[in-house]
Amino acid sequence: MHIAIIGNGVAGITAARFIRKLSDHEITVISAETDYFFSRTALMYIYMGHMRYKDTMPYEPWFWEKNRINLKRAWVESVDFDNKKLLLKDDEPVSYDKLLIASGSNYNKFGWPGQDLEGVGGMYSYQDLEKIEKYSEGLERAVIVGGGLIGIELSEMFHTRDIPVTFLVREESFWNIVLPEEESDLVNREIRAHHIDLRLSTELKEIVDDGSGKACAVITDKGERIDCGFVGLTAGVHPNTGFLKDSSLEMQKGILVNEYLETNIPDVYAAGDCMQVRAPLSGRRPIEAVWYVGRIAGETVAYNMCGVPVKYDPGIWFNSAKFYNIEYQVYGDMPAKMPDHYASIYWEHPEERKSIRLVYDKESSEIRGFNLMGVRYRQEVCHKWIREKTHIEEVLQNLGLANFDPEFYKEYEAAVINTYNEQTGSKLRLKKRRGLSGVLRFLRDITYPARAPVDKAKKVKQS
Amino acid sequence: MSKKSTDKTILQKIGIALFVVALITFTAALNLSQFQLDEPVLREQLTLGVSSDLLDKYGMEQDYYWELAQEELTPLRNQTYGTTFAFNNALKDAMKSLQDEVQQDLRENKGLTTSDGDYWQLVLQDYKVQDIAFPVTKASSQGFLPANNGWLLLLIFGVGLLGAFMYILPKTRLLPGIKNDHVYHSKMHYRGWLGIATGVYLIGFYVVLYFFAEHLANWVILVDPISEALRGSPADQWFLYGFLYTLAILVMGVRMIIKYRHNRYHVIRTFSVMFFQLAFAFMIPQILASLNQPSRDLKNIWPLDYSFFFEYNINNLISSGTLGVFMLVWGIALVVIGVPLFSYFYGKRWYCSWVCGCGGLAETLGDPYRQLSDKSLIGWQIERWMVHFVLVFAVGMTGLVLYTYFTNNNPTFSMNRWFFLVLIWLVGGALIYYHRRLFPSVPRRKLLQVVGAVGTVLTIALVVGFINKDSSTVSLSTYQIRSWYGFYIGAGFAGVVGTGFYPFMGNRVWCRFGCPLAAYIGIVQRFKSRFRITANGGQCISCGNCSTYCEMGIDVRWYAQRGQDVIRAACVGCGVCAAVCPRGVLRLENSSEDVDTRAQAQRALHITKNDIQLLS
Repeated sequence: MHIAIIGNGVAGITAARFIRKLSDHEITVISAETDYFFSRTALMYIYMGHMRYKDTMPYEPWFWEKNRINLKRAWVESVDFDNKKLLLKDDEPVSYDKLLIASGSNYNKFGWPGQDLEGVGGMYSYQDLEKIEKYSEGLERAVIVGGGLIGIELSEMFHTRDIPVTFLVREESFWNIVLPEEESDLVNREIRAHHIDLRLSTELKEIVDDGSGKACAVITDKGERIDCGFVGLTAGVHPNTGFLKDSSLEMQKGILVNEYLETNIPDVYAAGDCMQVRAPLSGRRPIEAVWYVGRIAGETVAYNMCGVPVKYDPGIWFNSAKFYNIEYQVYGDMPAKMPDHYASIYWEHPEERKSIRLVYDKESSEIRGFNLMGVRYRQEVCHKWIREKTHIEEVLQNLGLANFDPEFYKEYEAAVINTYNEQTGSKLRLKKRRGLSGVLRFLRDITYPARAPVDKAKKVKQS
Repeated sequence: MSKKSTDKTILQKIGIALFVVALITFTAALNLSQFQLDEPVLREQLTLGVSSDLLDKYGMEQDYYWELAQEELTPLRNQTYGTTFAFNNALKDAMKSLQDEVQQDLRENKGLTTSDGDYWQLVLQDYKVQDIAFPVTKASSQGFLPANNGWLLLLIFGVGLLGAFMYILPKTRLLPGIKNDHVYHSKMHYRGWLGIATGVYLIGFYVVLYFFAEHLANWVILVDPISEALRGSPADQWFLYGFLYTLAILVMGVRMIIKYRHNRYHVIRTFSVMFFQLAFAFMIPQILASLNQPSRDLKNIWPLDYSFFFEYNINNLISSGTLGVFMLVWGIALVVIGVPLFSYFYGKRWYCSWVCGCGGLAETLGDPYRQLSDKSLIGWQIERWMVHFVLVFAVGMTGLVLYTYFTNNNPTFSMNRWFFLVLIWLVGGALIYYHRRLFPSVPRRKLLQVVGAVGTVLTIALVVGFINKDSSTVSLSTYQIRSWYGFYIGAGFAGVVGTGFYPFMGNRVWCRFGCPLAAYIGIVQRFKSRFRITANGGQCISCGNCSTYCEMGIDVRWYAQRGQDVIRAACVGCGVCAAVCPRGVLRLENSSEDVDTRAQAQRALHITKNDIQLLS
């Protein structure tokens, strides 16, 4: 059987790797972007000079030949689903028996005047990075539109090159549709500490043409004109499905898939950024353009394509990012605006930009989520507490188990408990401090190591 | 304006300029004097180490060599040389003639032949001529520098240090956090012309230091006042080396602490290597020497300290009282108890990135080059072969030395030198063939590059060694093998390659490919230790920062992205992977809960048996 995969991002490549682990099918991965899989999230580090492009490749080039995964550099123009054929630009069509579409995202353009001018671009693909590199030479100011994760990364990139940045953020505080107010404000301060001209509650109205088809300035909704040589569009991404338009594939914003990541067409699957889950599990969104989602979906779809039905279950929500020097981690449910039935414990470091937030259900006192800024917590421990609906006071007293900061770092768990004690009049004390032995004993209880890896080869032969 | 380099203030630019001026002056100082033969020192050196009983036996005067040399020395007398090179050429010519004359005299007038042991005792051997060169050159240096060494020392090192700190200290104005901007745009840190120049300078320094120390005479004179103050005797080239080494660790340690001042693990660790270098490697041995006690670096452990079990060291320690015996017992206890115990509790890091001098230099002076270590699979394969080969070599060599020490028997095995070279190539070829059968997918080109480089260096080194010897045979004896180890591993690998290659192959070339102690501790760490680098569940984004900044060339990402804890013999526990991780995925930690199964856990979210619905 020949399995074709469109896209060599994390979803497509994870799928290819697991299909190879599970089967002997012929595998072809097609991408127009790069010859080899690289970590998209590391693009910024190439620009900043932390790494070379080849350092962002998780597998050496020989890996693909060894694992008999064919890599094809080509642009898929359309898919002939009836005849199971991929039509390529300037190349012979490719036939498949099963198809995985993992074509990722594109950056959003919201119909701004001038959005297609020279010197306007997003920051998603390798080509986007090349374009940014090209425009950086002699750049006197960049304007970034859209206050999300990519926007702040782009501002940091320009910052390292000493290029002044004006950062237009529609919301009244950075990323406050995701971050609770205090954390969002923490990031505002971090951005401004790096001398970024952060304009909150400001939207792009139009991009000005310099007369030669190149952007020379933006005009904001407040009527202000800001001269610049580059405009970064980072107001989110949307599934990259343009080449599938007018086909029988059922789509809304993304490619609609069921719980087995199957599309409406037999033998055609979708995974990663481009998929839209028909019935998302509670607490999850139908489209999640996140690295981890791509990886989990890629693994899941590999099983399903190899005839081992596995339901897509991304598990308890988690994510991470880095805002300049502030590392950010989130586990579980963490609403930006606390609903009435949620209570939140928030501790912030008096001097440094660090904070810890725990959210729990007021009625049941069950832990719901963790939000960390500048402090590292263990995913396994946090997830176990959330999964087992642990009582907030139980969590607090053992909170040291979650701490994942390097050795010799100060531990702030006692301060978090103090905050809780002050809020509720309780007299809790910290019982467990940071340390792996305690964690291993804790994780071994009941659920650990229930998630032992499957003996995959045997499973496939049965099916 | 847009630029691809880090910000430098005016102060920092002046600092660099001052440092460069000091470095150039320091280098030029090698030639800031004339050389006129110091006859008393040569006379003393010529007689040094020859037993007077033996001389008496053949009716030779105490000044036998000196008298014989008079005629040969005529051209040197009253002659002033402008450089160490000219001076040493003349000196070596004279010594060469002297050697011939001594041989002739021994054969013709004393009735000795080459099969007599006494002949070899009395003949002026090549190593002796080599040993004479440095003290004689140092004593013969006259003029500006020797007359002004005190204030020149203050000026050169004062300006150099001032410049260095003017460059380093202003880095505190940057906000604390990971500082790797423009590392790969830098001509210094990514094999640009600055890096190449630095590497060439370092390699040159090490070659001269180990093999032609006479050319460093003026530098040694420069640090004489410090040596006099510390231990009451003049400096030699090893004092100079220790002084520069310690200074490099201290100055670049300050830089490291500023760079990682947000990270207490690195701050404390850097203080630790600075302390151990300053106190244990530099000060304590000087103080012991000034007290006429055996002077040892108490943290240096066999087999890194490969001469620990050499008879002169054992004899010296045993004969110097309680302290000497304590040092002998201490050294053995470290190898037998200390290493396994500490490595079980804390992993390799307790030594390699907290205590060791080589590690100390790598973590401070070498930190800017850590990203240059090779991360490929074949790099790892070569590393394992090489480092364990050196371990076996060190253990075997020490075994032979001890055998000879206890039995007074020096077994010798000789073979034609070209046959020996072919044999080495055959063994090497067999290894390559074996490797290709095991790992057919590793690209042939990469393998050829590595084999070509290592093979060429090895062959040239051996051929050069052959040319310098008259004999057409290679003798494998305890002393021969021991001198090979000292030459190729102790000086060539640990020194020239170990530090000289910082700007080319990263700061841990020696530790990774050559250090037998690292290999030994690595085995403990791999098989029986509480230490590991934990992966934080599924948070890895495969960005590659951890692998890029791993000085030991470990592909940390390979483990992190599959949620597997890193357990690798090579890992020195520097903790930089955890520090540069943008998502808080890695943590160095110890636990005795799961010592034997710690490599197995897969912490990322993976499909499990429970998730699969079996088709009925």
